[in-house]
Amino acid sequence: MFQAAKQTSKIQRHDKDDETLHVENGSTSYRLSLYDQPPLYDVTVEEFETSALDRLRILAEIESSAARNRTMEETKQMTIIQCGKYLPLNSNSASGVDIQAERRKDQLGHFVLRLAFCRSAELRRRFVKAEGTLFRIRYETDDSKERAAFLSSKDFNWISVDADEKEKYEAQLSHFVSNKTDPNAFKNETFYKVRWSTIPDLVEKRKVFLKGGFAYVPGREQASIIYAAFEERLEAALLATSRAIPLVDEETRLNPILDNLAQGFTAGVPSDWVGSGETTGEGITADMVDSLAKQHFPLCMRVLHQNLRKDHHMKHFGRLHYGLFLKVLGLSIDEAIAFWRKSFAGGPGADKFDKEYRYNIRHSFGLEGRRMNYPAKNCLQLHTAHEAGCPYRQLENSPENLQSALLSSYSAQGLTVDDLPEIMSQVRKKAYHVACTRVFEITHPRQVRKGDGLGDGESVTHPNQYAAKSIELEKEAKEPKMEVDN
Amino acid sequence: MTPSSDKEDVDPTSEQVLLTFYRRLYPFKQLFKWLNRGPERTEKELRLFPYREFAYTLRNQAYLRYNSYPSDIEMKKHVCLLTPSRFEIGPVYSAQPKDKKTVRSTHFKAEKREVVFDIDMTDYDPIRTCCSEADICKRCWGFIAVAVQVLDKAIRDQFGYNQLLWVYSGRRGIHLWISDKEAFELTDDQRKAMVEYLTVVKNGKEPGKQVNSRFASKDLPPTLKEACQTINESFDELILQDQNCFGSKEGYETLLSLIPDAKVVSRLREKWSDNPGSPSYIKWDEMKDEIKTLEQPARRVMRNAMEDILLQYAYPRLDAEVSKHRNHLLKAPFCIHPKTGRICVPVDPRHVAEFDPAKVPTIGQLLAELDAAGSSNSGREHRDDWQKTSLKPYIDMFDQYANSVQEKQTKMDLSW
Repeated sequence: MFQAAKQTSKIQRHDKDDETLHVENGSTSYRLSLYDQPPLYDVTVEEFETSALDRLRILAEIESSAARNRTMEETKQMTIIQCGKYLPLNSNSASGVDIQAERRKDQLGHFVLRLAFCRSAELRRRFVKAEGTLFRIRYETDDSKERAAFLSSKDFNWISVDADEKEKYEAQLSHFVSNKTDPNAFKNETFYKVRWSTIPDLVEKRKVFLKGGFAYVPGREQASIIYAAFEERLEAALLATSRAIPLVDEETRLNPILDNLAQGFTAGVPSDWVGSGETTGEGITADMVDSLAKQHFPLCMRVLHQNLRKDHHMKHFGRLHYGLFLKVLGLSIDEAIAFWRKSFAGGPGADKFDKEYRYNIRHSFGLEGRRMNYPAKNCLQLHTAHEAGCPYRQLENSPENLQSALLSSYSAQGLTVDDLPEIMSQVRKKAYHVACTRVFEITHPRQVRKGDGLGDGESVTHPNQYAAKSIELEKEAKEPKMEVDN
Repeated sequence: MTPSSDKEDVDPTSEQVLLTFYRRLYPFKQLFKWLNRGPERTEKELRLFPYREFAYTLRNQAYLRYNSYPSDIEMKKHVCLLTPSRFEIGPVYSAQPKDKKTVRSTHFKAEKREVVFDIDMTDYDPIRTCCSEADICKRCWGFIAVAVQVLDKAIRDQFGYNQLLWVYSGRRGIHLWISDKEAFELTDDQRKAMVEYLTVVKNGKEPGKQVNSRFASKDLPPTLKEACQTINESFDELILQDQNCFGSKEGYETLLSLIPDAKVVSRLREKWSDNPGSPSYIKWDEMKDEIKTLEQPARRVMRNAMEDILLQYAYPRLDAEVSKHRNHLLKAPFCIHPKTGRICVPVDPRHVAEFDPAKVPTIGQLLAELDAAGSSNSGREHRDDWQKTSLKPYIDMFDQYANSVQEKQTKMDLSW
């Protein structure tokens, strides 16, 4: 493991004051953060990447929630579950956890992603939106005392409305007091004054009183000001970072990581899917592949399987993607060779099989050459593949073909013509993984509801994840059923 | 001579007419002063005019976008060459619009523009009784007058903007340009918020209840209460007397459909169906009498409904799409309306009620005035010829407005 000798800190220092240097170790006294102080300590490259990846999982989930029209409440539940898994962040009162380490990871991940997402206006906009939602969820779930302390530690450019002014506009302001039956409600309510343009959402819904360009915000709507401030500051910081980033000389070490992260939003989380253990199903044999394909494979692998059956042949990338997928699914080396040999029988490559393809298969299992046990390709890799890649993406420009592929592959599992417009609209938005996730939901109607994704709101990020979840759900469904049969 | 006789012999779309108009009358200098927010400057971020888009509708209806000019002199030259039947003003972009094809699309963004509002008489078709579609008369101008009063007050008082230029659109509507610095720099989201905040009547063209003013059955927000008061001052004269909106079966049925209390509706319908043509103000008073007989909370519900009726009949009906996006184009002041030949002149919001669209100078009238004045000093360079025509008070008004925008901007520049 090598040191990323202060690389992160150097990058950030361009747009920050030297006054902030005292937070050298990343410790903070609040759970919430406006991320106004960059991390100024040494981190390893590995830490650099993992902290960002874990955060990206959550942001990608938030984004796909928006793409799937989940309500704020559903998104909140999903995010809380996901945060618990990948990015726990406890309040000061929590015991038995290393709060400072959690916060350090939170802060580091945020700043690494800033580097990755500052590079185009589109990425900046999406990053601000997802981070804004995450902040909002954390703000809502924060301990109220700690939240108050956090708020008083920051300056949000609001002016408290003093008693005289409050009295002057009593007739108007009292409209915005929630509890009309309590005679003291108005007296107890505090109002804050900000420029109207900083809180457009409250103005739009007429939730504030406007006078002379200032919005009078009742105390309970205070959160809106903070969300707006959070997003506004983040936007400004990203712009500043985007101007500084060409100065960073990190061609070989950090830039590839950042490039990879920046693509994360397109494909969900760009990581290898690691299920429980190395493989999913135990003892899958060559002759089971046909039935598994019909029930459990995502569209990309189904298309490959159908083509293989039709042509009795498959080109290099098809073999690579499909072979690795089958390996992770649980096909052993012997079964794999049997499967491929059978599949090629009668095709143009049948007689060359032992000479040419056998080596490839053994190679992909780590038994030849470099002896590297290759992981299966994830969605991101399939998106960028020129051949045998993600069909949602590759058929984007020929929607009729994609629709007929969907119908022929999944109509046996309950996908109907009525479901197509929704899927196609996601494809048009280039949210291929959302489209794929939706197909999963439609074809597993008894196990998952709309918006659940693969369960717990997870989106498809890897074909093996899709297949494994599908198999798992079928097992769960079968067991109680058999009892009923008895 | 009367304006109407001129309209017949001068074709507002002929090249000769347009050329004379642009050469001798159109206030390019003032336009520059306004859009550049001050004199010509060398610092890039203060040079606004060269980054502003102008779009022309040529006489053959071709539409030319993304024109821009270093100053008013070049613009005037080009306009005189093209003699467009009208032109529109777009936003200030991050690069000069004439270079659009050569700069990267990511570097060509609409950045700033005045906040604009458009009120069009066609949105009032379901309620106005005097004209419909493209027609407008002094009587239906009453709707526009109330709309201007309400909106002008709301924007000045609530949003704190005071550089408001109201411009008659030449036929049946009115445009508003807000040039305050903050307004000039609002993002699309903020513009959308502002329009939604000010929009109360949705889908003006559909019948039925369109008012979206309050949460559930809560009281009106204080700012809309104020709007109601403004409307109330003209409601009697405009809606009840002049337009006589409830003076027919169709008209009073619309009113009844807005009343939530079924018993009140059936009692009123019984009363009114005997004499459907009774004047609106009598029906309005009869409705008020009905309300007085009600107990709480039904009475409160009816009071709320009455406020909503006021809003539905006279609250400004905004064309929201125009205002939401910075890159929307809007017809420039002082263009000629191709159908009516009237000039799109500024309107003083304090005297909007007295404004009569029929008395707006037409191009025919102006050319006649030029001829009358021009015979005495023919041969000299035509400069500031508008001084001799009835366009003068309007251009003076525009000049004052441009000066105020410039002064404010200069003050802000100095304070940096």
